[in-house]
Amino acid sequence: MIGSTLNRKLLRNLREMWAQVATIALVVAAGVAAFVALQATVDSLQGSRDRYYEEFRFGDVFASLERAPDGVGGRLREISGVTAVDTRLVAPVRIPIEAATQPPIGEVVGLPAGGDAPLNRVLLLEGRMVEAGRGDEALLLEPFAERFGIAPGDTLPVIMEGTLRQVRIVGIANSPEYVYPAPPGGDAIPDEERFAALWMDRDAVAPAFRMEGAFNDVVLRLGPGASLPAVLAEVDRTLDPYGGRGAVGRDRHRSNYFLDMRFEQLSGMATSVPLVFLAVAAFLLNVVLSRIINLERGEIAAMKALGYHNREIGLYYVKFVAVVVLLGTVGGFALGGWMGQGITSTFLRFFGLPLLEYSVPASTFVPAFAVALGFGLVGALVALRRILRLSPAEAMRPETPTRYRPSFLERLGVGDLFGTSGRMILRELSRHPVRTTLSSVGVALAVGIIVMGRFSMDAMDFIIDSEFYLASREDISVSLVGPTSDRAVNEVRGIPGVRFAEGLRVTSVRMTSDHRSRDVPLYGYPDENRLRILLDGEGRRVPMPTGGVVLTRTLAEMLGVEAGDTVRVRLREGRADERPLLVTGTVTQAFGLQGHMRLEDLNRLLGEDPAVNQLRLAVERGAYPEVERRLSDMPRVLEVTRKEQAVARMRALSGDTQRVLVLVLSLFGAVIAVGVVYNNARVALSVRARDLGSLRVLGFTRREVSTILVGEQMIQVLVALPFGLWIGRILAGLLAGTIDQEEYRFPLLISTETYAFAVSVVLAAALVSAFLVRRRLDRLDLIGVLKTRE
Amino acid sequence: MTENAEGTQQGNGEGTGNGDRLPPAVLEARNVTRTYRMGEVDVHALRGVDFSLHQGEFLVLVGASGSGKSTLMNILGGLDRPTSGSVLFQGQDLARAADRELTEFRRRHVGFVFQFYNLMPSLTARENVALVTEIARDPLSPAEALEMVGLGHRLDHFPSQLSGGEQQRVAVARAIAKRPEILLCDEPTGALDYRSGVVVLEVIERVNEELGTTTAVITHNAPIAEMADRVVILHDGGVEEERRNAQRARASDIRW
Repeated sequence: MIGSTLNRKLLRNLREMWAQVATIALVVAAGVAAFVALQATVDSLQGSRDRYYEEFRFGDVFASLERAPDGVGGRLREISGVTAVDTRLVAPVRIPIEAATQPPIGEVVGLPAGGDAPLNRVLLLEGRMVEAGRGDEALLLEPFAERFGIAPGDTLPVIMEGTLRQVRIVGIANSPEYVYPAPPGGDAIPDEERFAALWMDRDAVAPAFRMEGAFNDVVLRLGPGASLPAVLAEVDRTLDPYGGRGAVGRDRHRSNYFLDMRFEQLSGMATSVPLVFLAVAAFLLNVVLSRIINLERGEIAAMKALGYHNREIGLYYVKFVAVVVLLGTVGGFALGGWMGQGITSTFLRFFGLPLLEYSVPASTFVPAFAVALGFGLVGALVALRRILRLSPAEAMRPETPTRYRPSFLERLGVGDLFGTSGRMILRELSRHPVRTTLSSVGVALAVGIIVMGRFSMDAMDFIIDSEFYLASREDISVSLVGPTSDRAVNEVRGIPGVRFAEGLRVTSVRMTSDHRSRDVPLYGYPDENRLRILLDGEGRRVPMPTGGVVLTRTLAEMLGVEAGDTVRVRLREGRADERPLLVTGTVTQAFGLQGHMRLEDLNRLLGEDPAVNQLRLAVERGAYPEVERRLSDMPRVLEVTRKEQAVARMRALSGDTQRVLVLVLSLFGAVIAVGVVYNNARVALSVRARDLGSLRVLGFTRREVSTILVGEQMIQVLVALPFGLWIGRILAGLLAGTIDQEEYRFPLLISTETYAFAVSVVLAAALVSAFLVRRRLDRLDLIGVLKTRE
Repeated sequence: MTENAEGTQQGNGEGTGNGDRLPPAVLEARNVTRTYRMGEVDVHALRGVDFSLHQGEFLVLVGASGSGKSTLMNILGGLDRPTSGSVLFQGQDLARAADRELTEFRRRHVGFVFQFYNLMPSLTARENVALVTEIARDPLSPAEALEMVGLGHRLDHFPSQLSGGEQQRVAVARAIAKRPEILLCDEPTGALDYRSGVVVLEVIERVNEELGTTTAVITHNAPIAEMADRVVILHDGGVEEERRNAQRARASDIRW
């Protein structure tokens, strides 16, 4: 029966201290919830994606080409490691529907008779498959159909190779290759409004594209253990004579690439951010528990006097900590599971992944509990050891080192500025430097976490600013069907409302240095370019040197080259051979792996006459509709984009997830601030009830007395704020580090609004906690306080 | 009461003013000093005290505040160690005992009653006693112990529901429930009104008489000394006077 009375005492103490227990458990819960929610989200998303990819046989290798006879497919099948090949027809079309401000572009994907593609299979969501031999029936990509309210039975105008046809939509579908519906081209931002896929019967539609008995797109699946680089090289070799544009693995697949980028961001956050949370929660647990145990000094001493061994007392507090941590972990697990479900379904919707597979990874419980328990025990047992080391006689006396000294500020001679209460506060704080420091660190972490949460918004703003407003000054950008004589620029300049126009040449190349290579777009700029310019990280214009190429810094790092080195460039169009190119400089940019050179040089490299394939236009306000109408009437125009729409799109893409992140992190920061301030003030109230009671007896008002107690807490909070901002910067740097990827470099810029927001949230949380404790202070039983031993 | 047949011969034969032979010493302090560091000054709480506690006796240790009586009791009870000197219990020197041994000593042999009761506020009277009986060998049951201090009817009350005197009687019950050889009471009436104080003293008297527990009561309240077999008066960290009462007064007859 040993211990049953202690267990009862444990339960009653927990109940009596419920408010403190709750705030500590909440801090633990917040840490655990963040950890569990993000892990569950990543797990579930990946699970859903993998299942989708597997069940719908998403390819491992993709290649497009000009045109090859069907027989070539047999040679692809023979490549070692390849288990399945689908040679298909994929052709660009335009869809001039009235509801869209600009004509969306589309892709027709040929389906075998019966509609059951061997790879990149179609998930039919509504309606039926296309009938074999019907060239006027199609399945339509779901996000586009939803955006424009198109249902089976509707008819859609489609321009195929310059000929307008009416296509009957018989079904709504999706496929692993269009999870992120992004139009082809360099500036691919996923956009369900401006891009549609149409699945049609291949044999029936092939004549429209003059592709009878031929294919222009290949999907391959590889067996386990196949070497991707070897397969890519072999596919390239096979397709080269047929205008192959370079095979890519899943990692460069348009839709999967965006999905991966998002997943990578998410999983970077899902591991690093919750660890920060958990560490912060654990740290606070440590601080708060050690303080609570100091408060129990008297009871611990009495238990010792009664003959309890240290290990028995130790076990009691181990149980105490375990219960609090367990409460927090279970709560956090439930909360995290629930949050994770919400986040997962938001993301699934966002990603357009159809199969919901949600599970909370049970394996996260043990590490979460262990980390929190470990830190909690360290805090509790270190404090306990200090007390147990004392003789019980000493421990039974109230802890009064009583070595107050004039505080630092007073020694500077400015003590008189503070009045008696102020001096009491200063001396109390400087008497416990470690405690004061730890509390401030706790509050600073709260501020830091909120700063980190909001930082991604700032980064997005900066990227949008620099990429869409500083570097690109056009109002409208136009993609052309292919390389077009630069006379097109003059033609466009002639459109009323166009103030200025210039042409760019963008081509896709594989850049190689030693064994390292990357597929990147290469931009050619006209001399005297005004609308699209190259800026370095400081916003300075980078001159375009003759005869060489400027690489983005990330690309140069990946290839291991610097200015003065030479890279080999393998062209994808025109002359498909490899040429050396001198690197004349590098430039820091948020986005991407890119090469930049003079238009003239790029044309020469491609062995073509002066040509452009993109147009940038500065347009007078109000002239947009007319300019857009005129542009879409031009036969070589593939796509017209208003910059403001691209920006809105970009913001919408990141907006929802960022708002969730900011909300969650702000709540967490607030919980931490409450956890620190409330517990501190409660402990201070218990320890100093007698002092404060004495002041009341001496005639101090409630307000004056609470000023002393609350003032102590507030000073710690105020001291913590600037450090918190600094910590926020460090955490933001860590976060940026986790999502610093090939094509996406987060600048470490934090706005004043973010700092102000973090400070306000923490201050508000601190004030609420202080107010709660003050209410207790107001109810202080003066006589009772003076009677008690301490 | 547990057997203590081997006794401690060292204390035997120590004389008193009356020349009577005392029973063997249970606990014996020799030349005990204790120095504290209070803030920045050294306080000499005990300056070489020789003192013994004999089997079955009721001893009252009187002294003004600051005379060192609490310090002495803490040392005798194994709550604290002397700066120098020795404290002998059953041949063992508590001054040199390890923490573990001191804990064991308190757990098996000593019951404490403190001025401020030191009850666990979250436990009922019965549970406060059970806290000790659970770790003792052959204890009284909590109910028996509380019955003995006259609180058989308040077993399930929390400290906050009991008067000061009742709380102190719970503390006494807690101290005696393990059937200790030695009962040490530090200012047991110090926080109580006269009436409650007397009740608590009656309980302590009864424990001493009925269970034969060697009892030491520390007080600054001189009239209590009349209850004792033997009185030791401390002054400024040393024994000033030691005397035997020819006749022990009943607790109920004491006035202050």
